[in-house]
Amino acid sequence: MRYLFATILSGTPIKFPQISYAAIFPEAILIGVAVTVMLAVALIGRREATYGYTALGVGAALASGIWSYHLSQDVSTHGAKSVIGGSLAVDGFSTFFMILTSIGLIVTLLVAEAYIYKVGSRGPEFVALALLSASGAMLMESAYDLLVLFIGLEILSISLYVMVAFTTSRKLAKESAFKYFILGGFASALFLYGLALTYGATGSTNLAKIALFLSKNTLTSSGVLLAGMVLILAGLGFKVALVPFQFWTPDVYQGAPTTVTGYMSGVVKAAGFAALLRVFYVAFGTLRADWQPILLVISILTLLAGAVLAVVQKDVKRMLAYSSINHAGFILLGLYVATVTSLGDSLYYLFAYTIMSSGTFAVISMIADLEGRTEMSVSLEDLRGLSKRYPKVALSLAVLLLAQAGAPFTIGFLAKFSVLSAVIEAHHYALGIVAMLSVVIAAVLYLRITLSMYSATSDAGGDVETTQSELIPDVSLGAVMVELEIEDDTQAKVDSGIPIAAGVAVFLTLAMTIGLALDANPLVHFAARATLLR
Amino acid sequence: MSVPGSWYLILAAALFGIGAFGILVRRNILIMFMCLELMLNAVNLTLVTYSRMLNDIAGQVGVFFVLVVAAAEVVVGLGLIVSIFRGKRQVTADDLHILRG
Repeated sequence: MRYLFATILSGTPIKFPQISYAAIFPEAILIGVAVTVMLAVALIGRREATYGYTALGVGAALASGIWSYHLSQDVSTHGAKSVIGGSLAVDGFSTFFMILTSIGLIVTLLVAEAYIYKVGSRGPEFVALALLSASGAMLMESAYDLLVLFIGLEILSISLYVMVAFTTSRKLAKESAFKYFILGGFASALFLYGLALTYGATGSTNLAKIALFLSKNTLTSSGVLLAGMVLILAGLGFKVALVPFQFWTPDVYQGAPTTVTGYMSGVVKAAGFAALLRVFYVAFGTLRADWQPILLVISILTLLAGAVLAVVQKDVKRMLAYSSINHAGFILLGLYVATVTSLGDSLYYLFAYTIMSSGTFAVISMIADLEGRTEMSVSLEDLRGLSKRYPKVALSLAVLLLAQAGAPFTIGFLAKFSVLSAVIEAHHYALGIVAMLSVVIAAVLYLRITLSMYSATSDAGGDVETTQSELIPDVSLGAVMVELEIEDDTQAKVDSGIPIAAGVAVFLTLAMTIGLALDANPLVHFAARATLLR
Repeated sequence: MSVPGSWYLILAAALFGIGAFGILVRRNILIMFMCLELMLNAVNLTLVTYSRMLNDIAGQVGVFFVLVVAAAEVVVGLGLIVSIFRGKRQVTADDLHILRG
């Protein structure tokens, strides 16, 4: 400290690192637009044109994604590099995740349109918070220093605490908001203590410097370093809901506004996994023998617990929360196998999962909206007869759920296939069987939801009449006329009132779910190019 | 006579442990919140101690970041607690029991 003051007093200029604005442009634009939204709220007024604020947010996300793509082209021609004093990485990995984040953000904001309109005067703040949170996610994904990673994590989390607590008029929402806040803070503290211990053991928080130190000095028996590593794993494991740290997930997923749940299961999980993958591959790569057994246990627990607990739930959002835990187990499998190609498989799975999960929650949110349900709970009973009332919505949900189950001709199938084949190639046969088993168990869940949508309602009066006239065919012309009339009547009501923005978002995810599976090459190559800077 | 660095590290570990234990065991929400702050401050102490032991400034710079983040978390957290428990006399986590399973 004395030296620092001496340097300042003596007037010798402090050396600042060169700041590469091009590299931080995707984050900067999100933060800039978030600030603009808040300013516009103060100047123009908050009730006017809420869709304008949403459009601004979507535009920012789009610009951020396009710039990230531009960066990824730049990386593939000029190679990966670290910028701003080695604190941020610009490599295939970071740009891959930035593009994924901006896609997730676009879907979230489009789906949130109806929600933003509903919360009325507080709508613009929601847009600003979502943008800020996504900028934190992008910072996490490109962080090359544990301290920068921590700041990204906190920007992401603190905005998200508020988003989860956005409508706390209901008891359920209050409870879930508080749980998320206190456990999220706990996880951040664990991560931070891990950071401090790692710093103490290796003398740096920079990932490359940690790796360099560990490759020169063998510290296999260093308790401090191992404790630091485990704490970092626990802290990030909380955010991505790996099994010993998953207990908050169903509660928070159920209590949060469905839009926010979709965002949490997509963008936040992607950012958490990006951080986890980068820290463990780059910084702790030489300690692979130490962390692989831990990851093995965690991934088996995550796969099985996620699948089994999902099946016994009654609420659809809780089911999907557990199914997202099951997916996290799959992504972790790729990390466990830990070869260069399986990292690509993990990333492919993560991309597919983010798209499918965002899409699924988008549809659930839409259903809750259309059916006039509260945000909090959509039970299987509520979904009964949905195929009659909203055939298109039911069909989209069915496709997305089957994709999550791993049905062919969807990216879900390709993702599961690629991770499993990597596991088999590495001769972990038992692990492959466990993973397959969890897929089968989880399939029960997805089929249950799908079947309940396509089963008839038990109580609706109009439907009973229709089924009766169907049971006695050709009784008289009059009966047929009545039947036709009823059908016409339902035809007019069917699929009415679907919000356009949310419809676009769902269509986007559906198109990606099927389109990227029909021509698999672009995404496979994109994931394969997402290599880490070392 | 100077205090050896390892003493500070043990103190910090103890504080962190107390904080973690408090969050998991205590039921009063404000106390849980304080335990969270205790954990963050234990981290600060660890960072400063290592910074001195390693003769490296980075750890002390890290403390500033942690302080700022902790302050931001307090702002959001207290706001949340106030909005959740508005109109209630006491703040215990036992009132939060709807979400189970």
